[in-house]
Amino acid sequence: MIELNQFLILSALLFSIGVIGIFLNRKNVIIILMSIEIILLAVNINLIAFSHFLNDLTGQIFSLFVLTVAAAEAAIGLAILVIYNRNAGSIEIEKINTLKG
Amino acid sequence: MSISLLTFYLFSSILLLSSLMVISTKNPVHSVLFLILAFLNAAGIFVILHAEFLAMILIIVYVGAVAVLFLFVVMMLDFKTSLEKDNILQYMPIGLLIGLVFIAELVIVLINTRLDLSNIQILSNPLDNFSDQSNTEAIGSILYTNYVLYFQLSGVILLVAMVGSIVLTLRDREGVKRQIVSEQVDRKGKIELVDVKSGEGVDI
Repeated sequence: MIELNQFLILSALLFSIGVIGIFLNRKNVIIILMSIEIILLAVNINLIAFSHFLNDLTGQIFSLFVLTVAAAEAAIGLAILVIYNRNAGSIEIEKINTLKG
Repeated sequence: MSISLLTFYLFSSILLLSSLMVISTKNPVHSVLFLILAFLNAAGIFVILHAEFLAMILIIVYVGAVAVLFLFVVMMLDFKTSLEKDNILQYMPIGLLIGLVFIAELVIVLINTRLDLSNIQILSNPLDNFSDQSNTEAIGSILYTNYVLYFQLSGVILLVAMVGSIVLTLRDREGVKRQIVSEQVDRKGKIELVDVKSGEGVDI
């Protein structure tokens, strides 16, 4: 029998991999978008694991909405990426410094 | 070791390895392909957790739509990033430090605590109510009743995302020949009517 903690540890590791991906990657915005997808996947695993072990369906419904928002976010992010690449000619993160932030 | 535990370890190890590969490969196309592998294994984890509908939705939405969208963008745009030299070492210490602290905190807490869920009585949609239905039927029966407003709101979010990405990427190009129907139909000024005299013809 698999315990809840195993799923939670898996989800924590996956979340941390996503966070490390955001920090380590300074080349490519598209890898950062993929890291965000990995983070949202970890959240979904958490929600569904609690839904299963609490014997309650609400977590799966919530996970469905997380999935929807993740899809919308990917579409908008890629659209921004495409027009940024068209205007600036590059999507390297170190060169995205127009705002001097 | 039971079969379900074995499949759990199989799926989760491939999931973790492929997500590590997503963030560590140089080539973005390989990253997207490893992301697809990660999603497929996450769908396997969902099946282990008896969330069959969400597993299939994950495959359809993520592998079928989002990952292919990523693949299109990576392949159709010419990202000039691979030629320049890599300076990953500059951010490696701080990134690894933050990540390892994160992992250590979460895993230490999770290993040392046993969550006792048996006496929680705040369930809003207990699965016992749906014991004679499949997972898909159960989700549908509460998604379209109790959660219909949230369902419609997520539809609005998708509509906004669609309109937003179309508006963002729309542009007028120079030198594109289009058919202008109104000019084509409007014959005034375009056609000259000449009375041709008999036996003489007309110069064009």
